[in-house]
Amino acid sequence: MIRGRYRNAWRVIARNAILGIAIAGAFSSSAWAERTIKLAIIGYISGAAAGSAGIPARDGAELVIDAINAGTLLGPYHSKGLAGARIDPLIIDEAGSTTQVVANYRTLVQQRHVNAVIGYQNSGNCLAVAPVAEELRALTIFSSCGTSRIFEGHSYHYVFRTAPMEIIGGVGAAHYIEKAYPQAKTYAGINQNYAWGQDSWHQFGASMKAIDPGAKAVVALWPKIFSGEYSAEISTLLIDKPAIIHSSFWGGDLTAFLTQAAARGLGKHSRLLLTLGEQNMFTTPKLIPNGSILAAEGADGYFARKTPLNNWFRAAYEKRYGTPPIYPSYQAADALLGLKAAYDKAEKKAHKFPTIAEVGKALTHLSYEGLGEKIDMALGEGHQAVTATALGTYEYDTKTGKPTMRKVVYFPAWCVNPPPGTKAVAWIEGGLKGAKCH
Amino acid sequence: MTTAVAILVDGAIYASWLFLVALGLTLTFGVMKILNIAHGNFYAIGAYAAASAVGAYVAAGWEPAGVYLAMAGAAIVAGLILGYVLERGVLRFMYDREEILILLVTYAVFLILDDVMLLIWGAGAYDAYQPDVLLGTTTIATLPYPNYDLSLVAVAGVVGGGLWWALSRTERGKMLRAVIHDREMSTFLGIDVATVFTVTFSLGAVLGTIGGALTAPIISVQPGIGAQVIVLAFAVVVIGGMGSILGALVGSVAAGFAHAAAVHLFPQGELFVIYALMSLVLVMRPQGLFGQPPPRKI
Repeated sequence: MIRGRYRNAWRVIARNAILGIAIAGAFSSSAWAERTIKLAIIGYISGAAAGSAGIPARDGAELVIDAINAGTLLGPYHSKGLAGARIDPLIIDEAGSTTQVVANYRTLVQQRHVNAVIGYQNSGNCLAVAPVAEELRALTIFSSCGTSRIFEGHSYHYVFRTAPMEIIGGVGAAHYIEKAYPQAKTYAGINQNYAWGQDSWHQFGASMKAIDPGAKAVVALWPKIFSGEYSAEISTLLIDKPAIIHSSFWGGDLTAFLTQAAARGLGKHSRLLLTLGEQNMFTTPKLIPNGSILAAEGADGYFARKTPLNNWFRAAYEKRYGTPPIYPSYQAADALLGLKAAYDKAEKKAHKFPTIAEVGKALTHLSYEGLGEKIDMALGEGHQAVTATALGTYEYDTKTGKPTMRKVVYFPAWCVNPPPGTKAVAWIEGGLKGAKCH
Repeated sequence: MTTAVAILVDGAIYASWLFLVALGLTLTFGVMKILNIAHGNFYAIGAYAAASAVGAYVAAGWEPAGVYLAMAGAAIVAGLILGYVLERGVLRFMYDREEILILLVTYAVFLILDDVMLLIWGAGAYDAYQPDVLLGTTTIATLPYPNYDLSLVAVAGVVGGGLWWALSRTERGKMLRAVIHDREMSTFLGIDVATVFTVTFSLGAVLGTIGGALTAPIISVQPGIGAQVIVLAFAVVVIGGMGSILGALVGSVAAGFAHAAAVHLFPQGELFVIYALMSLVLVMRPQGLFGQPPPRKI
């Protein structure tokens, strides 16, 4: 009798345990299914910047989002989701006027109720979106645009940039020339005539004055963005024959310039310094003259160090898309890693799923592992990342048919970024005081 | 001295390119009074078609010299199909409407074709530099110039000369000029204006695709190239006079040399020099250098 009663009790316990496990499982799976974070990914999916920047960035983001959702990322990012929540990505085209881009941003936040926004490749769009993001209290991470003006004179709570400022391109290039080609004493510039090209040339010229005052600028050329035809500019450069030709060209303009320069042998007379040249390394390797100096925005793309996380990213990207990732892919991926690090940190601190304000606080002054480098949110009151940068001298191996780099030099973050509280341009023009290059 | 020669050669190359791009636009406007915004798409589709043809031809490993025929063939076929389909399928229903409405229709076509190109060729870039490299270079006043670029001057001359001959020396050309001058009177004289429109629009489209095809080897063919070109072509046509073939030639030459001189002598002015020239011409002569004010009808 007693045995029979115990038997019944065990049955009840077993049944309840199974029921409990089933209910817990159901709750947990419904929690995973229900708790999603709507994440808008903004970039150029159409237009002239799509192929060289927007599409590689989108591809990099999608790869990392899939890995985060599946919980297959390495190292500190192995847990599933953002603080356990699944990412529901929304890919949005950045093409259009700045007014339209800002209107789209408002729609995303106010009508489609996205939880966070990552992206923007155009500096003008970043400058316009930042105050709106702050007004709407929407967590926004700029992953690519480079202007140093976003946080200068502005204090934001919800706006972040995990990409380095464009200043590292100019300062890094001047350091590299001094180190690798100190005999080069004349330089010229061919840059697109808009904010990015003008700022790049100005910062490079000012850096050269600070680092190598003996070097002289001979000419600065300003073709219209997307003009695509550079016959007269190349003639001018062939007449002046500067030792170094600085260009911050990107996308189709870079390819068109390389095509036309190669046909006229410009690389035989001058050394090209292409501050975003890494993006063409695998797409048009035969057009880049041997001996050209190439860089990416930061130590990304080809220059990314071989960490386990980067090894995974590179292999997975090549397998999925059939081409090596370039620096925009890295920048998008690093922004997502920053978001995940912030969500996970905020959840740990709050012991519950964090609010957007808590995630923002967690991301402020955060130091986290990027794909190849440590990323420190050290400028802009903890909202702007500083990273190292790298440059190298390009070589195309005709025997193997593969592009490579020699004389690769890495410059630490505090060698190419201004100290906190100092404006970027003022820092360069003041002689790069406080730079820590060793 | 070298700079002066460089301005002349660079100006001639740039003018040739502008002329090839603007010719179809001004022809279409001259005959049909349509300011065709979609002309930029014709240019872009010609570039894509040529880049695809060059890629396929090179991959097949055929005789290198034949690549130019492949480019031209792809551009002409693309232009003929586009021109015919758009004129018969869309524009012929709009001829009785106001010019501004037709302009908006061509803008709509422009937007649609932009997406069609994305569907067909994707957002990636296409490179077709082999025809440029194949011809080698010629040194002029110590400066190496690609023979491909120099040949653009000859091609522009042949295309422009051919069009002039066809318009002024052939019966059909004279009929077309009659339509340019007075559409209604031409109809009364028994000219099949509808056919003239179809042929003209198709010819304009082919000129646009050829302009794109010839440019493909020296640029990176990718989304957005059509929008850039239509603005420049429009400036050239306005300088020369809307609808005037001679105007397109003079406008191209003026814009080409102004651009080259600015790059060599005043680089900061490169961005606006062509538009400054356009503004100057419009102030002095609102109908453009060779444009005719509309005739008064009594």
